[in-house]
Amino acid sequence: MGRYLLRRLLQLVPVFIGTTFLIYWLVWSVPGDPFAGKCGDRRCPDAYINFMTEKYQLDESIWVQYATYMKNLFQGDFGSTWNNREVADIIATAYPNTLKLALVALLIEAVIGLSAGVLTGLRRGGFLDNLVLVSTLFLIALPVFVVGFVLQWLLGVKWGIINPTVSNEMRLSELIVPGFVLGSASMAYVARVARTSIAENRRADYVRTAIAKGLPMRRVVGVHLLRNSLIPVVTLLGTDLGALMGGAIVTEGIFSINGIGRAVLRAIVTKESATVVSIVVVLVLVYLLMNLVVDLLYAALDPRIRYE
Amino acid sequence: MSDILVTEQSKPGADGSGRPSGRLLEVEDLRVEFRTRDGVAKVINGVTYHVDAGETLAVLGESGSGKSVTAQTIMGILDTPPGFVTGGQVRFHGKDMLAMSAEERRRIRGEGIAMVFQDALSALNPVFTVGFQIAEQFRVRRGLSRADAKKRAIEMLDQVKIPNAKGRFSNYPHQFSGGMRQRAMIAMSLALDPEVLIADEPTTALDVTVQAQIMDLLAEMQRERQMGLILITHDLGVVADVADRIAVMYAGRIVEEANVYDLYAKPAHPYTIGLIDSIPRMDEKGQQLRTIKGLPPNLMNIPPGCPFNPRCPMAQPVCREKVPPLLQVGVSRASACHFAEELVNRD
Repeated sequence: MGRYLLRRLLQLVPVFIGTTFLIYWLVWSVPGDPFAGKCGDRRCPDAYINFMTEKYQLDESIWVQYATYMKNLFQGDFGSTWNNREVADIIATAYPNTLKLALVALLIEAVIGLSAGVLTGLRRGGFLDNLVLVSTLFLIALPVFVVGFVLQWLLGVKWGIINPTVSNEMRLSELIVPGFVLGSASMAYVARVARTSIAENRRADYVRTAIAKGLPMRRVVGVHLLRNSLIPVVTLLGTDLGALMGGAIVTEGIFSINGIGRAVLRAIVTKESATVVSIVVVLVLVYLLMNLVVDLLYAALDPRIRYE
Repeated sequence: MSDILVTEQSKPGADGSGRPSGRLLEVEDLRVEFRTRDGVAKVINGVTYHVDAGETLAVLGESGSGKSVTAQTIMGILDTPPGFVTGGQVRFHGKDMLAMSAEERRRIRGEGIAMVFQDALSALNPVFTVGFQIAEQFRVRRGLSRADAKKRAIEMLDQVKIPNAKGRFSNYPHQFSGGMRQRAMIAMSLALDPEVLIADEPTTALDVTVQAQIMDLLAEMQRERQMGLILITHDLGVVADVADRIAVMYAGRIVEEANVYDLYAKPAHPYTIGLIDSIPRMDEKGQQLRTIKGLPPNLMNIPPGCPFNPRCPMAQPVCREKVPPLLQVGVSRASACHFAEELVNRD
């Protein structure tokens, strides 16, 4: 187990270098002039351009730029924006907001998706089953911005149940609707995967044994059936946290949440490689770590899986 | 028909009225069908048998003869749909279980009637330790504490002769060998001290050497606890040493019921004769194995008359018209053949 963990952690190194370089290169390749429109209607003074070019090594090759960035990164320096704002500072304010939103989405996804999946998996073909099948199909088919705008207009504007936008305090009650919007598509997938998994295991021999032992139905389902059916759902939920954080751009835009989506969008437009890469690096780390957590959870859920 | 010995009980275990007859477990005229997209398969067509305390009844038949479905119906673990009980009774201490509430039936499972399944690897839950699955019974059904339940579970593992029961408690099913797994399965089914144990082909998935050990263990447990044991098998060799009575099933019916000695010495149904003839014999080494010609009937389309008539070497016109009822022939034995008395009286 220890060796397995070490190997997995070592695997993170090449993945980390690969992804950061790829993103750095992509931002570097975007055409455009970082100084366009920077100084109002006039062209920026040569002195300013020369100063900035030297400070950010803009006349160097991408290799040098990337190497400098990585060197600084390992010293804990995320770099700064054109406006001389620390990227670390942006990350520190934007990340918690996005993480909070993503966690609310994940929770909604897990609770609603799993309950719907279990209930319909046990009773296939009933009214609830059809309702869930149709509504999940809707959620999967509709783009996030449609769900977002419709709910914002309906609940926030027309009926006035919620505030149309989220305040800076990011109260939990305000995040329920944005969280639902962000997690809606994944929730639908969770419901469907859980439904299939439950329905498959429902007729398994060990479930029959549990019934034959005279256990109450709640225990048969809640302990014997659920534990076995959870494995595919856990995969989905675990890898989804990273996707939710990365995919929060649209939701953050709709509900004007001050998260990383906004920050990264602004940085891409102004060609701030350091900002984009730094934000994405943290996202990549979340992905990689969640993947590791999921793999370790497998072993906890299914003792037949052992990592040597 | 005059020389058929009709005793007071015209059918074993049947008094028709449903009032208590003093039997421990009796199945009477049970009928089960499987409703599938392709049609209705009549899987059980009037099965009647019983088992008393301290007695072993072997239920013998080919795959698809309905022996396992009968057991599942007794346990209340028949998959519905597609399986539906369309008639008959399953009486435990004289009370019809099929008329009980789900909760009443649940209480009988494990404590009244328990079951050992064929393939312990798939019948045990792969994600819980063997110990947990045994101790669970004591905790949920007896309300014991975790520690007490663990102690009782280790005792159970010890009783079924699993070496190092204490250490084995926290092993998972996949860490057991096939034989040990079946022992653990038996320990689990015996945990609540059931009055009737149904063993559904308990040795089919095991090596031949281990088969004998498991059969010995079951027999020993049955003797010690004076349980009623229903042993479901398709292996005539397995039952000879263990069973008191044998019920032979064919196409969802009991075609013959007798004590072991009578059945082997003088089978009273052509199907049983065929089964006994098809046992490989040491003194006929090198010869071709004898088989029963033909295949069991399609349960969606059982032929009229005796269901065995297309394969029967003795078939007469009457066999294609009338279904032979299960009638007493001789002392405490019954056969569902139009020519049963001739078979019993032959030399």
